[in-house]
Amino acid sequence: MSIAIDKSKCIGCGKCRNVCPGTLIKQDDDGKAYIKYPKDCWGCTSCIKECPVYAISFFLGADMGGRGSMVHTEKKNGLLRWVIESPGGDITNIDIDPKESNKY
Amino acid sequence: MKFEKIKTDLLIIGGGTAGCYAALTASENSDVKILICEKAHIKRSGCLAAGVNALNAYITEGHTPKDYVEYARKDADGIVRDDLLYSMCERLNKVTKRLEDMGLVILKDENGKYVARGNRNIKINGENIKPLLASAVEKLPNVTILNRVNVIDFSVSDNRIRGAFAFGIENGTFYTIEADAVIVATGGAAGLYRPNNPGFSRHKMWYPPFNTGAGYAMGIKHGAEMTTLEMRFIALRCKDTIAPTGTLAQGAGAKQINSLGEVYETKYGLTTSERVYGTVCENLEGRGPCYLKTEGVSPETEDSLIRAYLNMAPSQTIKWIESGRNISEQNVEIEGTEPYIVGGHTASGYWVDTNRQTTIKGLYAAGDVAGGCPQKYVTGALAEGEIAALSAVKFISESKASPIGEDEIKAHISETEGFMSKGTSLFTAEQLEEAMQTVMDSYAGGIKTSYRFNEKQLDIADMKIRQIEKLSESLHAEDYQELMYIYELRERLTVCRSVIAHLKARHETRWHSFAENLDYPEKDNANWRKYVNSRMENGEIKIILRELTEEGQRAYEHSN
Repeated sequence: MSIAIDKSKCIGCGKCRNVCPGTLIKQDDDGKAYIKYPKDCWGCTSCIKECPVYAISFFLGADMGGRGSMVHTEKKNGLLRWVIESPGGDITNIDIDPKESNKY
Repeated sequence: MKFEKIKTDLLIIGGGTAGCYAALTASENSDVKILICEKAHIKRSGCLAAGVNALNAYITEGHTPKDYVEYARKDADGIVRDDLLYSMCERLNKVTKRLEDMGLVILKDENGKYVARGNRNIKINGENIKPLLASAVEKLPNVTILNRVNVIDFSVSDNRIRGAFAFGIENGTFYTIEADAVIVATGGAAGLYRPNNPGFSRHKMWYPPFNTGAGYAMGIKHGAEMTTLEMRFIALRCKDTIAPTGTLAQGAGAKQINSLGEVYETKYGLTTSERVYGTVCENLEGRGPCYLKTEGVSPETEDSLIRAYLNMAPSQTIKWIESGRNISEQNVEIEGTEPYIVGGHTASGYWVDTNRQTTIKGLYAAGDVAGGCPQKYVTGALAEGEIAALSAVKFISESKASPIGEDEIKAHISETEGFMSKGTSLFTAEQLEEAMQTVMDSYAGGIKTSYRFNEKQLDIADMKIRQIEKLSESLHAEDYQELMYIYELRERLTVCRSVIAHLKARHETRWHSFAENLDYPEKDNANWRKYVNSRMENGEIKIILRELTEEGQRAYEHSN
């Protein structure tokens, strides 16, 4: 799996680059982020949670059975919302309350 | 390249789970100057980047540390050190309380008690566990953190540590770091073997792909004694996503079944290695693929599972959603991963005394890099960070290191500059990494051979790894990131050689799949209730067999 960064949304804050545990994200001369080593992504989603403008999504590689959905997170009213957009445009939202423990 | 010399009292290499807790402990119990070198950024580095949804090492109500020690000993079939296990177990609940005080959400019942998952686990929301730890460390007054700084070698004189060498991946600075004591907390080694998905998703693996065995390699090269590297770890995971299975098996009670629908886990046994081995056998005997049975789970369970995986391994949740079917309508296919070397799960790593001092004076090991103490998980790594820090602080008050000599500094600078200044090289670090993984996969018991090997294959593996090691000397780096990749490759090659030597040394099969030696397919208690240890001497690996310490023994000191 890997990530895709939407350059038109990126504001160049560098938070994703800062947090990536693989040092895989770089910034262009205009400050916009890009992933230099897409095959080296662990899929930890740290960058996605950092992005203030939701410009980063992750997807499952075809070699691991991915079907093209793009996923990002949004922070709203103290909740972490996972937004999963299918290639056909269907959107699934899952809200996680960070104060609520996993039940399993 | 710029050059900088830093003097500190305590150097911590690796700002992951164990390293962060070591810094907290040392800072709160002394006024020593502490420096953390972290090759990523401590906010999300190490094993906890994506989060974790249970603490798997906790002494639950009605249990004692002794129960946990016995569980760990049984799972490793006796090859453990009780002194290490007890000293860890006695701290598990205290470090858990500390995590809760930092803000970790732990599930409680109506009486305010933690809710147990099985005998040893408690349930949490651990999505933010690493940011919580990191922010606690960032607030400490006497701790300096160097992010994106990759340590490449120790400085050791007369078997006493005196610092380390490192370079900045983003700032291109070469660091000489002098320290009176060093805690190595670099984690275990991933990427030695060809992974499950070797193509685009090659890093979609169980263990952090950025944990390259640096700590093991640096110790091996300086003659530190290592233990039980032959006890590899293979995780049983959800196929493709390599997401954890414990949440399904222990949390939701899903059983391991084969394609005929038969529950097979009871047939092979329930230790970690037996669960993997059973799955391998069912596949080899034509009853694959294997699954965790989630068909028929309740809608409530389904909802909880979807959420639990988002907090830890989000790709599994996406996989379920992309399938267009409910979890209750499909079973989850499972498979074994490629083997890893990781002392938080098995007993592989540095041979340490009870205080976590390695056989190099002043060098302490904590977390996945430290051996003899399996089943650490998150809380055990914290406990070891605490023990190592307390020991190191005491050591610093009694002993000072000599300065690092100019010749040694020059030699290290010239090595790094050598990789940068060479002209183009025929091969890249990436190509040699693939070559190494293919060798380990084919000849040292990888996925390709269902984790099995024999002595002849191991000899071939050793010869080929040495050839790749030779090729790695002429690699060329365009920038400091590529320089890091060269060092990471070379670290892995060093670890591979030691793993091969250990696999070859244990003439029995004590742990199915983890060390399945076809020349010696049976367990041999009469001769092999021993630690297989090793030390590198003049570039060759010397095997040292040591008798097991006593059950219940609480202290161990290095003697020779």
